[in-house]
Amino acid sequence: MSNTQQLNDLTTQVRRDILRMVHAVNSGHPGGSLGCTEFLVVLYQNIMERKPGFDMDGIGEDLFFLSNGHISPVFYSVLARSGYFPVSELATFRLINSRLQGHPTTHEGLPGVRIASGSLGQGMSVAIGAAQAKKLNGDKHLIFSLHGDGELQEGQNWEAIMYASAKKVDNLIATIDLNGKQIDGTTDEVLNMGSIRAKFEAFDWDVLEIKEGNNIEAIIVGLTDAKSRTGKGKPVCILLHTEMGHGVDFMMHTHAWHGKAPNNDQLANALAQNAETLGDY
Amino acid sequence: MKKYENTGSKDTRSGFGAGMTELGQKNEKVVALCADLIGSLKLDEFIKNHPERFFQIGIAEANMIGIAAGLTIGGKIPFTGTFANFSTGRVYDQIRQSVAYSDKNVKICASHAGLTLGEDGATHQILEDIGLMKMLPGMTVINTCDYNQTKAATLAIADHHGPVYLRFGRPVVPNFTPENGRFEIGKAVLLNEGNDVTIIATGHLVWEALLAAEALEEKGISAEVINIHTIKPLDEEAILKSLGKTKCIVTAEEHNIIGGLGESVARVLALHHPAPQEFVAVQDSFGESGTPEQLMEKYELNHQAIEAAVERVMKRK
Repeated sequence: MSNTQQLNDLTTQVRRDILRMVHAVNSGHPGGSLGCTEFLVVLYQNIMERKPGFDMDGIGEDLFFLSNGHISPVFYSVLARSGYFPVSELATFRLINSRLQGHPTTHEGLPGVRIASGSLGQGMSVAIGAAQAKKLNGDKHLIFSLHGDGELQEGQNWEAIMYASAKKVDNLIATIDLNGKQIDGTTDEVLNMGSIRAKFEAFDWDVLEIKEGNNIEAIIVGLTDAKSRTGKGKPVCILLHTEMGHGVDFMMHTHAWHGKAPNNDQLANALAQNAETLGDY
Repeated sequence: MKKYENTGSKDTRSGFGAGMTELGQKNEKVVALCADLIGSLKLDEFIKNHPERFFQIGIAEANMIGIAAGLTIGGKIPFTGTFANFSTGRVYDQIRQSVAYSDKNVKICASHAGLTLGEDGATHQILEDIGLMKMLPGMTVINTCDYNQTKAATLAIADHHGPVYLRFGRPVVPNFTPENGRFEIGKAVLLNEGNDVTIIATGHLVWEALLAAEALEEKGISAEVINIHTIKPLDEEAILKSLGKTKCIVTAEEHNIIGGLGESVARVLALHHPAPQEFVAVQDSFGESGTPEQLMEKYELNHQAIEAAVERVMKRK
């Protein structure tokens, strides 16, 4: 369990990792990664019950599944800085012969990753399967998953959302990153989804919102609340209101940095806004 | 020539159901998933005995594949069941990313494959599934020929770690392989020895190949008959050994000529032993409604078609 200062320091360092990783290979997805940094830091440091080391079955611990795999930079940084693999390995992101593929995968055996993701809309189903395996095993630990809001346009999600409530998969906390942006523009412009809350509620999920999704204290409160709602017959959905590109002023309030790397000057500017805390990789 | 006796015609999907019933008792890690086709997949007995290990997904095959992948995380061995079309083409990307690329221990079990599904017509008669599945790295692809072999394969794949596509069918067909026989993944079964031509068949065409061999014998042609139940990994050694003797091959399958067993065999020939080959397969078309027998005749997938292919290939030697 980390205190507020430690969480703040880690958050800033993860932001630096994200920026430096995508800059180094001039590719990758900084926008959504920066927006979900606080969430993943809090989840891994203060919320999930994790065992030391890594085994695929993950029996006796909480598990996390990243469905929107393109935000791999934040996932990799948080995994490395949570002890799953050496922080120095972040320097291999998207390079040939790396375990840190553009989108996360189990294929190269990277500890901390339990499913490949990248082709969108598949993670909810996988998380449900893992949750049902936990129930069969009598394992009281929880499954967490993260999904993009634009990702909800993939139909498989709604098969999964319908199933999870019908089958009372109440050991699952699925978080939707509600940043309102996708590649071609805002989610409202591309395909207006109306009220995502109303949709999840109509599918009989227990829905809660974290209005300040880039505020560490708010995330702790929200995730703690979500945990308390598990085991009551309904899957739990968190609507996490985030700002894409959070922490870098020129990357915020636009969808432009969804999948674009900063140039040298932009990187220097962005890093100046996030001073080194725990040491760069 | 060895004579094979039909010990009583049955559908291969019932062999799958019987295998699942036995697996339910033998291996507590085995779980079953179905997309609203319990009766068609013959899963009733498994569900009756192990309701907690059965997941009714509803008509949502993509979700079923994803849930199966998730169930492996926690040590389960999931067997998914639906028609072959909905097991493959409908969910290709889910299988590709969440199962094959993720190296998940999921067994994709597919009934009603090919034309012999019959009257439902081409929407349901997938003829491309072997090709789709064999192209996925790490995927084992099995197409069984009768009830006994399907049951044996169902048991065997539970002990094999890795994704498997198990293909079987709807109609009642002769049951002629040994009861409780051992199923070796990737190992061809030599059914009849011969010297003039090698007939390599899979699935429902294996029995037709045996009928063809009998008819050919009366014409003085000695046909070697090999049952290839595992299309990937392919038993190349068995194929090349037989080819060394007969110098020509006929492949027979209830699948499109493009992407099926025949093309896999042709690759082996091209790489190691160029030789004449003829294909008994669907000629790059969709199917249609009809009885299984009518369809197999119209699309030239019966023993007569195999005999004709043998005569063609022998002339090319």
